[in-house]
Amino acid sequence: MFPNFNDPFSALFTLQRALDARRASDWLGDRTTGSGAYPPINIFQQGDDFVAVVELPGVERNDLAIEAKESTIRISGKKTIAYASGASVHRRERVSGTFDRTIAVPIRIDPDAIRAEYSDGVLALFIPRAERDKPRTIKIT
Amino acid sequence: MASPQELQVQHKREVETKQESTVPARVFLPVTDIFETEQALTVILEMPGVARESLDVSVENDILTIAGRIDFSKYEGLQPVYTEYNIGNYSRSFQISSTIDQSGISATIADGVMTLVLPKAEKAKPRKIKVN
Repeated sequence: MFPNFNDPFSALFTLQRALDARRASDWLGDRTTGSGAYPPINIFQQGDDFVAVVELPGVERNDLAIEAKESTIRISGKKTIAYASGASVHRRERVSGTFDRTIAVPIRIDPDAIRAEYSDGVLALFIPRAERDKPRTIKIT
Repeated sequence: MASPQELQVQHKREVETKQESTVPARVFLPVTDIFETEQALTVILEMPGVARESLDVSVENDILTIAGRIDFSKYEGLQPVYTEYNIGNYSRSFQISSTIDQSGISATIADGVMTLVLPKAEKAKPRKIKVN
Protein backbone atom coordinates (compact mmCIF):
# COMPACT_ATOMS: atom_id res chain seq x y z
CA MET A 1 0.00 0.00 0.00
CA PHE A 2 1.38 3.37 -0.91
CA PRO A 3 1.37 6.12 1.75
CA ASN A 4 -1.63 8.35 1.76
CA PHE A 5 -0.61 12.00 1.97
CA ASN A 6 -4.05 13.47 2.66
CA ASP A 7 -3.54 13.73 6.39
CA PRO A 8 -0.46 15.83 7.11
CA PHE A 9 -0.13 14.52 10.67
CA SER A 10 0.07 10.87 9.77
CA ALA A 11 1.67 11.35 6.36
CA LEU A 12 5.23 11.57 7.67
CA PHE A 13 4.69 8.62 9.99
CA THR A 14 3.28 6.57 7.12
CA LEU A 15 6.26 7.50 4.97
CA GLN A 16 8.66 6.53 7.78
CA ARG A 17 6.96 3.15 8.10
CA ALA A 18 7.08 2.62 4.34
CA LEU A 19 10.80 3.38 4.39
CA ASP A 20 11.36 0.96 7.27
CA ALA A 21 9.46 -1.78 5.49
CA ARG A 22 11.93 -1.70 2.61
CA ARG A 23 15.02 -1.43 4.81
CA ALA A 24 17.88 -3.23 3.04
CA SER A 25 15.41 -5.13 0.86
CA ASP A 26 16.83 -7.62 -1.63
CA TRP A 27 15.89 -5.39 -4.57
CA LEU A 28 19.54 -4.62 -5.33
CA GLY A 29 20.35 -8.33 -5.13
CA ASP A 30 23.98 -9.32 -4.64
CA ARG A 31 25.32 -7.01 -7.34
CA THR A 32 26.06 -4.26 -4.87
CA THR A 33 28.20 -4.30 -1.77
CA GLY A 34 25.70 -4.54 1.03
CA SER A 35 24.35 -1.73 3.11
CA GLY A 36 26.68 -0.07 5.55
CA ALA A 37 28.77 1.74 2.98
CA TYR A 38 28.83 5.52 2.87
CA PRO A 39 26.76 7.30 1.72
CA PRO A 40 23.48 5.59 2.61
CA ILE A 41 21.07 5.41 -0.31
CA ASN A 42 17.30 5.13 -0.60
CA ILE A 43 15.83 3.99 -3.90
CA PHE A 44 12.26 4.69 -4.98
CA GLN A 45 10.17 3.73 -7.94
CA GLN A 46 8.22 6.44 -9.73
CA GLY A 47 6.10 4.94 -12.45
CA ASP A 48 8.51 3.20 -14.82
CA ASP A 49 11.49 5.19 -13.57
CA PHE A 50 13.57 5.23 -10.41
CA VAL A 51 14.83 7.87 -8.00
CA ALA A 52 17.87 7.41 -5.75
CA VAL A 53 18.08 9.78 -2.77
CA VAL A 54 21.36 10.22 -0.91
CA GLU A 55 22.03 12.35 2.17
CA LEU A 56 25.37 14.15 1.93
CA PRO A 57 25.24 16.99 4.47
CA GLY A 58 28.27 19.25 4.32
CA VAL A 59 29.48 17.98 0.96
CA GLU A 60 30.00 20.79 -1.50
CA ARG A 61 28.56 20.44 -4.97
CA ASN A 62 32.05 20.73 -6.51
CA ASP A 63 33.36 17.91 -4.33
CA LEU A 64 30.75 15.48 -5.60
CA ALA A 65 31.21 13.27 -8.67
CA ILE A 66 28.58 11.04 -10.25
CA GLU A 67 29.28 8.56 -13.03
CA ALA A 68 26.97 6.12 -14.75
CA LYS A 69 27.62 3.25 -17.11
CA GLU A 70 25.15 0.58 -18.17
CA SER A 71 23.38 -0.36 -14.91
CA THR A 72 26.06 0.96 -12.61
CA ILE A 73 26.09 4.30 -10.84
CA ARG A 74 29.09 5.58 -8.94
CA ILE A 75 28.94 8.33 -6.35
CA SER A 76 32.23 9.62 -5.01
CA GLY A 77 33.62 12.70 -3.36
CA LYS A 78 34.93 14.16 -0.17
CA LYS A 79 33.59 15.93 2.83
CA THR A 80 35.76 18.41 4.61
CA ILE A 81 35.26 19.97 8.01
CA ALA A 82 37.21 23.06 8.98
CA TYR A 83 37.51 24.22 12.55
CA ALA A 84 38.56 27.74 13.36
CA SER A 85 42.20 27.85 14.34
CA GLY A 86 42.78 27.93 18.04
CA ALA A 87 39.35 26.55 18.80
CA SER A 88 38.83 24.11 21.62
CA VAL A 89 36.43 21.35 20.68
CA HIS A 90 33.60 20.56 23.10
CA ARG A 91 31.73 18.03 21.02
CA ARG A 92 32.76 16.29 17.84
CA GLU A 93 30.12 14.09 16.23
CA ARG A 94 30.49 14.99 12.57
CA VAL A 95 32.85 12.95 10.45
CA SER A 96 34.82 13.91 7.38
CA GLY A 97 36.75 12.05 4.74
CA THR A 98 36.42 10.56 1.30
CA PHE A 99 33.76 8.26 -0.06
CA ASP A 100 33.30 6.16 -3.16
CA ARG A 101 30.27 3.98 -3.62
CA THR A 102 29.03 2.08 -6.62
CA ILE A 103 25.56 0.62 -6.93
CA ALA A 104 24.34 -1.70 -9.63
CA VAL A 105 20.61 -1.57 -10.20
CA PRO A 106 18.77 -4.71 -11.31
CA ILE A 107 17.10 -2.92 -14.22
CA ARG A 108 18.27 -1.61 -17.55
CA ILE A 109 18.66 2.13 -17.29
CA ASP A 110 19.36 4.94 -19.68
CA PRO A 111 22.67 6.24 -18.26
CA ASP A 112 22.79 9.26 -20.57
CA ALA A 113 19.44 10.51 -19.30
CA ILE A 114 20.16 10.41 -15.56
CA ARG A 115 19.45 13.76 -13.97
CA ALA A 116 20.99 14.85 -10.66
CA GLU A 117 19.71 17.49 -8.27
CA TYR A 118 21.57 18.56 -5.16
CA SER A 119 20.00 20.83 -2.58
CA ASP A 120 20.17 21.22 1.20
CA GLY A 121 22.67 18.37 1.46
CA VAL A 122 20.43 15.87 -0.31
CA LEU A 123 21.31 14.39 -3.70
CA ALA A 124 18.47 13.09 -5.86
CA LEU A 125 19.28 11.02 -8.95
CA PHE A 126 16.43 10.61 -11.39
CA ILE A 127 17.13 7.37 -13.21
CA PRO A 128 15.01 6.67 -16.27
CA ARG A 129 14.38 3.07 -17.14
CA ALA A 130 15.65 2.10 -20.58
CA GLU A 131 12.89 2.14 -23.16
CA ARG A 132 13.54 -1.51 -24.11
CA ASP A 133 13.25 -2.54 -20.46
CA LYS A 134 9.78 -1.13 -19.90
CA PRO A 135 6.96 -3.62 -19.65
CA ARG A 136 4.80 -3.92 -22.75
CA THR A 137 1.08 -4.20 -22.70
CA ILE A 138 0.02 -7.17 -24.76
CA LYS A 139 -3.25 -6.84 -26.53
CA ILE A 140 -5.46 -9.88 -26.78
CA THR A 141 -6.59 -10.23 -30.32
CA MET B 1 45.79 16.75 10.18
CA ALA B 2 45.54 13.04 9.55
CA SER B 3 45.30 11.77 6.00
CA PRO B 4 41.77 11.67 4.59
CA GLN B 5 39.90 8.72 5.93
CA GLU B 6 37.11 6.78 4.37
CA LEU B 7 33.72 7.89 5.60
CA GLN B 8 31.62 5.51 7.65
CA VAL B 9 27.85 5.53 7.89
CA GLN B 10 26.49 7.11 11.06
CA HIS B 11 23.13 5.80 12.09
CA LYS B 12 20.63 8.48 12.94
CA ARG B 13 19.78 8.83 16.61
CA GLU B 14 16.23 9.52 17.60
CA VAL B 15 15.21 12.25 19.99
CA GLU B 16 14.33 10.81 23.39
CA THR B 17 11.97 12.82 25.53
CA LYS B 18 10.16 12.18 28.76
CA GLN B 19 6.88 13.16 27.18
CA GLU B 20 5.43 11.32 24.26
CA SER B 21 4.54 13.47 21.31
CA THR B 22 0.99 13.47 20.08
CA VAL B 23 2.16 12.91 16.53
CA PRO B 24 3.63 9.45 16.05
CA ALA B 25 6.31 10.48 13.55
CA ARG B 26 9.91 10.01 14.64
CA VAL B 27 12.21 12.98 15.18
CA PHE B 28 15.97 12.72 14.76
CA LEU B 29 18.90 14.31 16.57
CA PRO B 30 21.12 16.29 14.23
CA VAL B 31 24.78 15.28 14.37
CA THR B 32 26.54 18.18 16.10
CA ASP B 33 29.97 19.71 16.55
CA ILE B 34 30.60 22.39 19.14
CA PHE B 35 33.77 24.37 19.46
CA GLU B 36 34.83 27.42 21.37
CA THR B 37 37.13 30.29 20.54
CA GLU B 38 37.95 33.34 22.61
CA GLN B 39 35.14 35.28 20.99
CA ALA B 40 32.35 32.79 20.53
CA LEU B 41 30.90 29.33 20.83
CA THR B 42 30.12 27.73 17.46
CA VAL B 43 27.51 25.01 17.09
CA ILE B 44 27.34 23.11 13.79
CA LEU B 45 24.41 20.79 13.10
CA GLU B 46 23.82 18.48 10.16
CA MET B 47 20.22 18.48 8.97
CA PRO B 48 20.12 17.17 5.42
CA GLY B 49 16.90 18.05 3.62
CA VAL B 50 16.09 21.09 5.75
CA ALA B 51 15.72 24.34 3.82
CA ARG B 52 16.50 27.75 5.31
CA GLU B 53 12.85 28.67 5.77
CA SER B 54 12.06 25.45 7.65
CA LEU B 55 14.49 26.17 10.46
CA ASP B 56 13.58 27.34 13.92
CA VAL B 57 16.16 28.54 16.41
CA SER B 58 15.09 29.86 19.78
CA VAL B 59 16.56 30.65 23.18
CA GLU B 60 14.35 30.43 26.24
CA ASN B 61 15.46 30.15 29.86
CA ASP B 62 19.05 29.57 28.74
CA ILE B 63 17.98 26.62 26.58
CA LEU B 64 18.96 26.85 22.95
CA THR B 65 16.56 24.85 20.80
CA ILE B 66 17.07 24.06 17.14
CA ALA B 67 14.29 22.50 15.09
CA GLY B 68 14.33 21.69 11.38
CA ARG B 69 11.49 20.39 9.27
CA ILE B 70 12.02 18.40 6.10
CA ASP B 71 9.83 18.81 3.05
CA PHE B 72 8.49 15.30 2.71
CA SER B 73 5.99 16.28 0.02
CA LYS B 74 8.89 15.66 -2.36
CA TYR B 75 8.38 11.97 -1.66
CA GLU B 76 4.82 12.01 -2.92
CA GLY B 77 4.32 9.45 -5.67
CA LEU B 78 7.56 7.66 -4.85
CA GLN B 79 7.36 4.03 -3.84
CA PRO B 80 10.35 2.82 -1.82
CA VAL B 81 12.01 -0.30 -3.21
CA TYR B 82 15.27 -0.31 -1.26
CA THR B 83 16.16 1.85 1.75
CA GLU B 84 19.13 2.29 4.04
CA TYR B 85 18.07 5.25 6.17
CA ASN B 86 14.93 6.90 7.43
CA ILE B 87 13.94 10.52 7.21
CA GLY B 88 12.22 12.84 9.61
CA ASN B 89 12.28 16.22 11.24
CA TYR B 90 15.20 17.24 13.45
CA SER B 91 15.30 18.68 16.93
CA ARG B 92 17.99 19.28 19.52
CA SER B 93 18.42 21.49 22.59
CA PHE B 94 21.45 22.66 24.51
CA GLN B 95 21.81 24.35 27.86
CA ILE B 96 23.81 27.52 27.34
CA SER B 97 25.42 29.56 30.07
CA SER B 98 24.73 33.20 30.84
CA THR B 99 28.15 34.10 29.44
CA ILE B 100 26.60 34.01 25.96
CA ASP B 101 25.36 37.25 24.45
CA GLN B 102 21.95 35.85 23.57
CA SER B 103 20.91 38.77 21.40
CA GLY B 104 23.97 38.34 19.19
CA ILE B 105 23.38 34.74 18.10
CA SER B 106 23.60 34.34 14.33
CA ALA B 107 22.83 31.37 12.09
CA THR B 108 23.66 30.31 8.53
CA ILE B 109 22.86 27.15 6.60
CA ALA B 110 24.56 25.61 3.57
CA ASP B 111 24.31 22.11 2.06
CA GLY B 112 22.17 20.88 4.96
CA VAL B 113 24.64 22.05 7.61
CA MET B 114 23.70 24.85 9.97
CA THR B 115 26.31 26.98 11.71
CA LEU B 116 25.26 28.87 14.82
CA VAL B 117 27.63 31.45 16.26
CA LEU B 118 26.99 32.30 19.90
CA PRO B 119 29.13 35.31 20.80
CA LYS B 120 30.40 35.57 24.33
CA ALA B 121 29.26 38.45 26.48
CA GLU B 122 31.89 41.14 27.04
CA LYS B 123 32.39 40.17 30.66
CA ALA B 124 33.08 36.56 29.74
CA LYS B 125 35.85 37.25 27.26
CA PRO B 126 39.32 36.42 28.51
CA ARG B 127 41.37 39.39 29.70
CA LYS B 128 45.08 39.71 29.94
CA ILE B 129 46.17 41.08 33.28
CA LYS B 130 49.31 43.10 33.30
CA VAL B 131 51.74 42.48 36.10
CA ASN B 132 53.23 45.71 37.32
